[in-house]
Amino acid sequence: MAKSIDISGLDVYYGDFLAVSDVSMTVEPRSVTAFIGPSGCGKSTLLRTLNRMHEVTPGARVEGKVLLDGEDIYHSAVDPVNVRRTIGMVFQRPNPFPTMSIYDNVVAGLKLQGRQPRKKLDEVVEKSLRGANLWNEVKDRLAKPGAGLSGGQQQRLCIARAIAVEPQVLLMDEPCSALDPISTLAIEDLIQELKEKYTIVIVTHNMQQAARVSEQTAFFNLAGVGKPGQLVEMDDTQKIFTNPGDKRTEDYITGRFG
Amino acid sequence: MAELPESTATEEPIGIHVVPGRVDSRAVAADIAGSDGAAVDGAATRTRPAPAVAPPGAPPGPPPEPGPSPEPGGGIAGARSTRRGDAVFRGLSTSAGLTVLGIMAAIAAFLIYQSIPALRANDANFFTTRDWFPDPSTAGGPSVFGIAALLFHTVVTSVIAMVLAVPVAVGIALFITYYAPRRLAAALGYIVDLLAAVPSIVFGLWGLFFLAPNLTGVAELLDRWLGWTVVFDYRPDSIPTNKSDFTAGLVLAIMILPIVSALAREVFRQVPNANVEGALALGATRWEMIRMSVLPFGKAGVVSAAILGLGRALGETLAVTLILSSAYNLSFHVLEDGGITFASNIALKYNEAGGVGTGALIASGMVLFVLTLAVNSTSQYLLRRQLKD
Amino acid sequence: MTTTMSSTLRGQRLPRWAVPAIGVAALVVTAALLAGLGTWSTAAFVVLAGVLFAVAVTGASFALEGARQARDRLATTAVSTAFLLAMAPLVSIAIFTVSRGINRLDGDFLTRSMFLISPSGPGGGAYHAIMGSLLITAITAVLAVPLGILTAVYLVEYGEGRRLARAVSFFVDVMTGVPSIVAGLFIYAFWIMALGFQQSGLAGALSLVILMLPVVVRATEEMLKLVPQELREASYALGIPKWRTIAKVVLPTALGGIVTGVMLGVARAMGETAPLLLLVGTQVRINFNPFGFSDTEANPISTLPTYIYSQLTSATGNTDSPAFDRAWAAALVLIIIIMLLNLLARFVARFSKARG
Repeated sequence: MAKSIDISGLDVYYGDFLAVSDVSMTVEPRSVTAFIGPSGCGKSTLLRTLNRMHEVTPGARVEGKVLLDGEDIYHSAVDPVNVRRTIGMVFQRPNPFPTMSIYDNVVAGLKLQGRQPRKKLDEVVEKSLRGANLWNEVKDRLAKPGAGLSGGQQQRLCIARAIAVEPQVLLMDEPCSALDPISTLAIEDLIQELKEKYTIVIVTHNMQQAARVSEQTAFFNLAGVGKPGQLVEMDDTQKIFTNPGDKRTEDYITGRFG
Repeated sequence: MAELPESTATEEPIGIHVVPGRVDSRAVAADIAGSDGAAVDGAATRTRPAPAVAPPGAPPGPPPEPGPSPEPGGGIAGARSTRRGDAVFRGLSTSAGLTVLGIMAAIAAFLIYQSIPALRANDANFFTTRDWFPDPSTAGGPSVFGIAALLFHTVVTSVIAMVLAVPVAVGIALFITYYAPRRLAAALGYIVDLLAAVPSIVFGLWGLFFLAPNLTGVAELLDRWLGWTVVFDYRPDSIPTNKSDFTAGLVLAIMILPIVSALAREVFRQVPNANVEGALALGATRWEMIRMSVLPFGKAGVVSAAILGLGRALGETLAVTLILSSAYNLSFHVLEDGGITFASNIALKYNEAGGVGTGALIASGMVLFVLTLAVNSTSQYLLRRQLKD
Repeated sequence: MTTTMSSTLRGQRLPRWAVPAIGVAALVVTAALLAGLGTWSTAAFVVLAGVLFAVAVTGASFALEGARQARDRLATTAVSTAFLLAMAPLVSIAIFTVSRGINRLDGDFLTRSMFLISPSGPGGGAYHAIMGSLLITAITAVLAVPLGILTAVYLVEYGEGRRLARAVSFFVDVMTGVPSIVAGLFIYAFWIMALGFQQSGLAGALSLVILMLPVVVRATEEMLKLVPQELREASYALGIPKWRTIAKVVLPTALGGIVTGVMLGVARAMGETAPLLLLVGTQVRINFNPFGFSDTEANPISTLPTYIYSQLTSATGNTDSPAFDRAWAAALVLIIIIMLLNLLARFVARFSKARG
């Protein structure tokens, strides 16, 4: 089910402004890949190009290739709607639909694909909420609004919503930055379980988190003041954190800048 | 500002102290107003010389403060003038606010007060009578007037306007917010706003001389296909000339379009981007995103925008006056000529109104005021509740 | 690349040229159809072509792309149509007013009054009405602007969520919805009936104050809220009293937006007709005196909107009457003045934004 992502020669623009330049990397299936780097280095921007959410921002565009198991998601015949269904996303701040119940939030994506029998929806809701480690906490109040949950629960609800449509890849944009440590731990545990089934790319500000959850780590940095962000190096997480190949990575990891 | 001991005030000439303080603060204020933050430093340094301006005979009582206090030697005199200035300014602005409430209360009070004699003189039921003959034709004759026809056509034209305008206005708001290229959005919004700049009498001229003649085909089509609904049944044998509730409602719809769409735009703009992106990231098409995130969020706002538009339509005068050929009836046949609204009745009758007639018009104005007040209050209430959530 | 992969990301999509092509086809087919039937009507053409286009695009999308895309395309068509629908009356009013108004929009019209001109005869102009409009609007602004700005200052700087401030704010918004004719009737009941004054420019201005006041309050309030709190605090920290801070720091910072709001309010007041008919009346001569001469004699001033109304009355439905041409020329002048005010307001808004 999980697919790999191959990025080659990707330039990301906001209008005329080049935000990220010339990124090439491979994201392995059924693994967790972490993007780390200082603020403004373009790691979130790059993540949003992987499911074509980048182009939602007016004037934003990309050049280069992003291959999902060999198929270019930026090919003119590809429908961005299908890309986003195949590659799910969890945002920095939990964003459940405020007018929908917990139940409706989970099946929101599924319902888009047409009418489904109630029984199937019920199954998906339970499976997804279990998958997001939320089932036991909410199973008695599925009809209550999703906005009534705590921040950590909301974020797991958003993860349930994302996996309910059974995507191939899950993108996570600093999913724990708005959460308390206990909720963060719950999400990190969840990521460990999810990688059995999904390809996961996670942007994080927290280097310990990257070290804890990911197999591969990519370090991004600005090429200089006013210059675009770039991929400095990508390697096994263990190697990045113990013996990085690049001086800049080492400086960042050891806290000498950033 | 810091309170200083009483002694300063008694021992020092007041005028000299106050003046440097004033001049200084004005200069400072001008500086700050000129640009932001950066000017503060410069201004702060400029205040420091203030103590130097103080007369040399300053008493030992309050030692000049070394800190950034701007009027160290200013004494209680400065404080008092400050307090007086603040009190005066606060009083002025508070009474301006109270004036708003006063005007609203006065509108109600005077409309009621001046309409009582006419309502007393009325020989008919004010609410159920259709005719409008307030001034007796012969001395001592009956005075007959009522708002039934006025209320009826005011509501019919306004409802037509709302039914036509609200879907289009919501469409416009969606188009500008979510469909148009972002670069053009502001300009397109401005173009729609231009409609609001067209004076109502020009809408009247246009409606009477351009729209009404050109609506004949539409009226005939509606009569042929929807005549069975009674509402669109056109009974006379003559060709429709469209001085009707339908035409008036259509023109009103165009007039309230910019108001409703501007408010709807405002509401849609407040839809959290996180929800928009959340829907898109699930693989929603643009329309599905709007149905999932935008419309549920903006529902209450759109309703209140629609009600606000209704309020505007209820009170519109000249466009309606020019278009409707007045008839004091209760006809549901909106394609047929005739009809009279509160506002058009006032505009048509004020000139020939006698003593009772004027009071009668004021009484009808009172009803219109209450009607729009109720409608607008509802709209504001809903809007405020929505924006608070 | 295998076909199974294509099925996940790719779907059949309408090519880019398809939508414009269907548009052109819809126009051609409709034109042919109407020509064949021998009944030409622009309205029918536009409506039919529009419906045909919507049906064709949705249908093609449904066949090729599926129901979801078809719904999306239908929504796009509907929403774009809504915008075009709003453009139609705007363009029509502009064309109609210009084509009718241009007949009499000459030097004479702008410099002469209707004094000694037969109401339905040729000649004459609207100079007195233009001046009357400017005069009455100016009086309105002089009354409404200080009151409006002070009210906004109260709401933002002194109200701070008090019950009174909430009431004022609520009624300012409700006031926006007071119909102009009701404002006119109120001044009539108050100024003319209760206080015994006669028709005059001042009476008209008083009624327009009620219409202009909420616009000024709202615009000023919005701008005052935008003034950063740090700016006020910086001023307080220098020991500048609150009222001076407001007068010398806050208001000047917000000036651009306030001017914009005032101009929009002026534009609204300028186009009002109904209360002026009641309270000011019309006349044929130039009159710069907005006050009544005595308590017994009316002192009417013509304004552009009431001038249009009285010319229309003089024309008595005869579209060949010179009075009819004068009405349209005056409408054109009025629209031009109001558009200029609006443009100026936008310009000021942009200019002040660029500076801040």
